[in-house]
Amino acid sequence: MYKIISKRRLNPTVTMMDIEAPLVAKKAQAGQFIILRVDDDGERMPLTVAGCDRAAGTVKIIFQIVGGTTIRLNAKNEGECISDFVGPLGCPTKTDGIKKVCIVGGGVGCAIALPVAQRFKELGATVHSIIGFRNKDLLILEEEFAACSDSLTVMTDDGSYGRQGVVTAPLKEQIERGENFDEIITIGPLIMMKFVVATAKPYGVPVTVSMNPIMIDGTGMCGGCRLTVDGKTKFACVDGPDFNGYEVDFDEAMSRSSMYAQFEQREREESCKLFSREAK
Amino acid sequence: MAVEPKKHAMPVQDPKERARNFSEVALGYSPSVAVAEASRCLNCKNRPCVQGCPVNISIPEFISKVKESDFEGAYRIISQSSSLPAVCGRVCPQETQCESKCTLGIKFEPVAIGRLERFVADYHNANFKGEPELPEQNGKKVAVVGSGPSGLTCAGDLAKKGYKVTVFEALHLAGGVLVYGIPEFRLPKNIVEKEVEALKKYGVEVQTNVVIGKTLTVDELFEQGYQAVFIGSGAGLPRFMGIAGESLKGVYSANEFLTRANLMKAYSPQSRTPIMHAKRVAVVGGGNVAMDAARTALRLGAEAVRIIYRRSMDELPARKEEVEHAEEEGVIFDLLRNPVEILGYSNPEDRRDPLNGFVTGIKVIKCELGAPDEKGRRRPVEVAGSEYIVDTDCVIIAIGTAPNPLIKNTTAGLEVGKHGGIVVEESTGKTSKEGVYAGGDAVTGAATVILAMGAGKTAAKAIDEYLSDKVCKKGK
Repeated sequence: MYKIISKRRLNPTVTMMDIEAPLVAKKAQAGQFIILRVDDDGERMPLTVAGCDRAAGTVKIIFQIVGGTTIRLNAKNEGECISDFVGPLGCPTKTDGIKKVCIVGGGVGCAIALPVAQRFKELGATVHSIIGFRNKDLLILEEEFAACSDSLTVMTDDGSYGRQGVVTAPLKEQIERGENFDEIITIGPLIMMKFVVATAKPYGVPVTVSMNPIMIDGTGMCGGCRLTVDGKTKFACVDGPDFNGYEVDFDEAMSRSSMYAQFEQREREESCKLFSREAK
Repeated sequence: MAVEPKKHAMPVQDPKERARNFSEVALGYSPSVAVAEASRCLNCKNRPCVQGCPVNISIPEFISKVKESDFEGAYRIISQSSSLPAVCGRVCPQETQCESKCTLGIKFEPVAIGRLERFVADYHNANFKGEPELPEQNGKKVAVVGSGPSGLTCAGDLAKKGYKVTVFEALHLAGGVLVYGIPEFRLPKNIVEKEVEALKKYGVEVQTNVVIGKTLTVDELFEQGYQAVFIGSGAGLPRFMGIAGESLKGVYSANEFLTRANLMKAYSPQSRTPIMHAKRVAVVGGGNVAMDAARTALRLGAEAVRIIYRRSMDELPARKEEVEHAEEEGVIFDLLRNPVEILGYSNPEDRRDPLNGFVTGIKVIKCELGAPDEKGRRRPVEVAGSEYIVDTDCVIIAIGTAPNPLIKNTTAGLEVGKHGGIVVEESTGKTSKEGVYAGGDAVTGAATVILAMGAGKTAAKAIDEYLSDKVCKKGK
């Protein structure tokens, strides 16, 4: 059992938790992920590590409440335990030789982008961050990004906070005004990452994308997380989750991510009913 | 006294009924039938069956005990050689091992050794109430990586010799392929659980949720005071065919499909793990895993399940009983067929059509058997122009796995072969790294439970010799 040491609501749909898992905390690096199960009937859910405190032996996770499992996880409180927590899985984000980087995060993907930005800052790189949200209410981690970025641009789809528009607009401006990024690292919805790649392409700036496909074991056994990268089958859990953005088949990844859309819809409804009953 | 020419039949659930439930198919012998079957054993002098067993169980001796109705005595004999008798009795390919060597089998059907082993183990599990006799601890620590058949066997053998053994398991449940791969209806999970509990009584500690190569490395295990490490990390990445359409929704590797159904119990309404309940399912491959996937699909409610295999019935590598059970349950065998392409739905008018990207069919080509290959198996040769399409909603690919890369990538000095399997000395399981041994699918690629157990046993013996030797040398 793995204890929830702290829990904080970042916005109405996003929660942050520190989980006691000393072995994972000792090893985890930016870009890696963990798999957890909330309870004994639970599914195995992958979540990218949002940070860790090696001394305290805790690992930070940030999740959006979107379906059955995340509703159940969010219902747990400080001091309570979850059944399983394993990691760190996948490969850490590559940082070698990168002196100037642009981090582009979207929505809850910013939770994963943050430790990457922090890591580059630690290594002495120049960090430009662009983070985007649907609206002001969904904004998360602005202060944290500001603390580790040389420049921070916040975008909202509706203009309720920061600049109005999508993340690719400031990205394009920055590239055009001559910010010579060694690398763009983008983490967020598939469609956003696809457009970040398309934006960078004419300028030939390398783009790393962080993929989060459907997964079960996370150790290179089930093959559910397969992606087509450069025409070859790759497994996000052991070959990734970071890949060269120019080589990923995003359309296929988007299609595969909707495999269980109907099931998820049903799960969400059932979980909502369950918790509304309990609340009464 | 004339010998009964045929094995005593083992009662099974009715095929029509069982094809719709996940309860165990075979129901096991009663004590009286077990005694009668044991009486068929000739107790011949040269005991060829023992040579046919990868872990060399003293088969005639345990059968003699069954004949005398001393079932606990029979269990004690089996457990000297096997740590998992209830598992082996169910999943070993006896027809190519012990039973294939049986003297009675020359003229008649061989003694049903597998069914007797299963009976003895089940009898013990149901009736034995005592505690096992614990060996004297020798104070030495061994780490076992993976809790599948090779790891559990190695752990059990070493614990019985007085070692303090810790088993590290990556998943949330111990058992490896016995819990994520082999279905409930063939190997009930409570049986695996009991076998694991039995090992714990011998002092074996099982740590779940630890991925060796990630959470801890092999070198760190030595730093923690383990004096030897056995790697039984099992099969890894599933192989795909490299044909068009393998990334469509509704295409599974057998590992994924079976893991969802078995480990995550996706068939149960309580489970939070989804699985596709397809009406028409095509399984590519002809091994035990393919049979398991096909029969699981039936139990999830499929109306038509077919096995697509490129050779004929004679070359089918699955255990005979599984093929027979699959046929009885209504699995269709499309033999001498090779998949060419998987076809999917696409609505050009509506990109948001929820059916977009789902499987609709699989295109196959007919094959004939040509000249034998280097292994002596006749090679399938495609018949030009014979392609046709089979309608299906789901394709499960069961054509084997490649060894898991996690340990080799993080362990300096561990030699691996060109296919990624860990290189070992066959007689000991010794790897190129001092104090590290390996066995099972991590070495051989996809093989059987009993071969993995044999490898775990070999390594346990070698580790014992290595650590005894080391102490002697230090003492000098």
